[in-house]
Amino acid sequence: MASVQAPSRTRVLMQGNEAIFEGALAAGMRFYAGYPITPSTEIAELASERLPKVGGRFIQMEDEIASMAAVVGASLAGRKSMTATSGPGFSLKQENLGYAIHGDIPCVVVNVQRMGPSTGLPTSPAQGDMQQARFGSHGDYGIIALTPSSVSEAYYLTIRAFNLSEQFRVPVILLADEVIGHLREPVALPEASEIDAVERRKPALPKGEHKPFRPDDKGVPTLPNFGDGYRFHVTGLIHAEDGFATSNPKLVDKAVRRLTNKLMDNIDEIYQAEQRDIAEADIVVFAYGGTARSAQRAVRMAREKGLKVGFYRPITIWPFHDEMVRQAIAGKKAVIVPELNLGQMAREVERVAHGTTNVIPLTKVNGEILTPAEILAAIEGVR
Amino acid sequence: MPHIWCPGCGHGIVMQALVRAIHQVGLDQDKTVIVSGIGCSSRASGYMDFDTIHTTHGRALAFATGIKMANPELNVIVMTGDGDASAIGGNHLIHAARRNIGITCICLNNNIYGMTSGQFSPTTPDCALATTAPYGNIDPAFNLCNLVQAAGASYVARGTAMQARMLEKYIANGLRNDGFSFIEAIDQCPTYFGRKNKMGDPYAMMKRQGELSVPASKASAMTAEELVGKHVVGELWSKPRPEYAKSYDKVIEKAQGGAR
Repeated sequence: MASVQAPSRTRVLMQGNEAIFEGALAAGMRFYAGYPITPSTEIAELASERLPKVGGRFIQMEDEIASMAAVVGASLAGRKSMTATSGPGFSLKQENLGYAIHGDIPCVVVNVQRMGPSTGLPTSPAQGDMQQARFGSHGDYGIIALTPSSVSEAYYLTIRAFNLSEQFRVPVILLADEVIGHLREPVALPEASEIDAVERRKPALPKGEHKPFRPDDKGVPTLPNFGDGYRFHVTGLIHAEDGFATSNPKLVDKAVRRLTNKLMDNIDEIYQAEQRDIAEADIVVFAYGGTARSAQRAVRMAREKGLKVGFYRPITIWPFHDEMVRQAIAGKKAVIVPELNLGQMAREVERVAHGTTNVIPLTKVNGEILTPAEILAAIEGVR
Repeated sequence: MPHIWCPGCGHGIVMQALVRAIHQVGLDQDKTVIVSGIGCSSRASGYMDFDTIHTTHGRALAFATGIKMANPELNVIVMTGDGDASAIGGNHLIHAARRNIGITCICLNNNIYGMTSGQFSPTTPDCALATTAPYGNIDPAFNLCNLVQAAGASYVARGTAMQARMLEKYIANGLRNDGFSFIEAIDQCPTYFGRKNKMGDPYAMMKRQGELSVPASKASAMTAEELVGKHVVGELWSKPRPEYAKSYDKVIEKAQGGAR
């Protein structure tokens, strides 16, 4: 993804949710189905007002489940589609999200995380849905989840979310948190000509010859759109390359593994992380989303005190890049993982550390953000 | 043609009525999408040569709403069952009807959850036996047509597999209606509902459908007691209302022409 700043761009003060919506529009999103839920509702409201102005279509569905279904239907009918929600709605969407994953159907689902579990604290920040974003639906599959740390990044990452979704024909979760969702910061908006929006591939072969679920060499199939004359079948049952259900063990194995492999085999195209001062560091702080803002400050404060501290910020949360993280933490005294949850990404770092680096989770689940001082204290506390 | 339906199942008859209706009305095969949920009836989408999608249980109308809203030029048809449409899918049925969105919904009502081997559904009659009602069903049955009409559908009809030609006519009129059309097709599950309740062979079940049918014109002169256990068949409601996707076209016009 290209750098965020360009001198000629107009700078607009925006709310995070607004930036997400504007990014989606810039990426070519032209269908939104959703349901009001704090702290994401602003996205639906903006969509209802702005989408029809550009010929897009908005519908407020009767519930979260229906919203996800409508997004999937609209995507199959050829529109770049999205919805936004928070924890309780994200839980409801899992079945139909799994349907989209299994059907190689592009879409973007924004989860502006609130404090959970259950109704939780609707207006307080948390990062409690990180594992759910990866494993929320049943069965084995792969998914892409991105997490912005600033309002500007929320704009550009939403464009990237749509691009990855169309390119790999997979739902992409944009995991914001209530901090980023409701923060206001300037965004340097690109000119329309600067926006690189990926369009989904069209079948090269005519009906009869084209197999809708035959993967290319990256593992991505080229589904037609409904109404293009291909008259093809989409199902949630495990299916063969022609789209029809199969229980042939060889084909089932191939179909299921492909859903994970299409992302893992292409992880370097998908993955992004910000790394600073890692090589010389004794301690690495691994932080993401809104918490990365406090972490960044804490790392700077620590370095000013002469401590050799590096900073690793995953922008792509899923897939998790085992190799890149392993390299970043190898030989370090400690890696501190501050999160607004009980160690959901810390457990991933621990997994790749495999006991060779001390992983120190810094967890906070009281509805408040982690402060630079708290993170600095953890850095200074490393023995 | 390989399919999963039992010998004597009524779903094949209803599917055929749909295909004949599509042909009669002259819909473009390339611009017609069949959306189904989960259940024996929902397998129909895999047996027809259109753009077809076999979705999640109860959610066919929600997927269909997305398809229709994204491309209103498409003819969107939903095949669903009594459990799929009125139990787990009840909310989506109500709202699709309320919106009067341009979808033709055919509900294949065999009064049972056949795919999962015979549990009772919201349309299973009082006192009937089912695998989850071994002492007799105490759940009162929905009148699906009344429900959908009250929710706002612009075309509502009920037919039976026994009277397949009438069913074809209702489906064709439903396809022609610009709005939410609901056609309840009473058909038979001889394997589970029929056997459990000793209803005889498939033909006996179909014959009974005919015997219990009362045309709407006659039903209006009958009392509630006289109608117990009967199916009121015919075109029960036909009243045009603004179609939802078209109403949204007007929203687009307003947004693009308006002051804001």
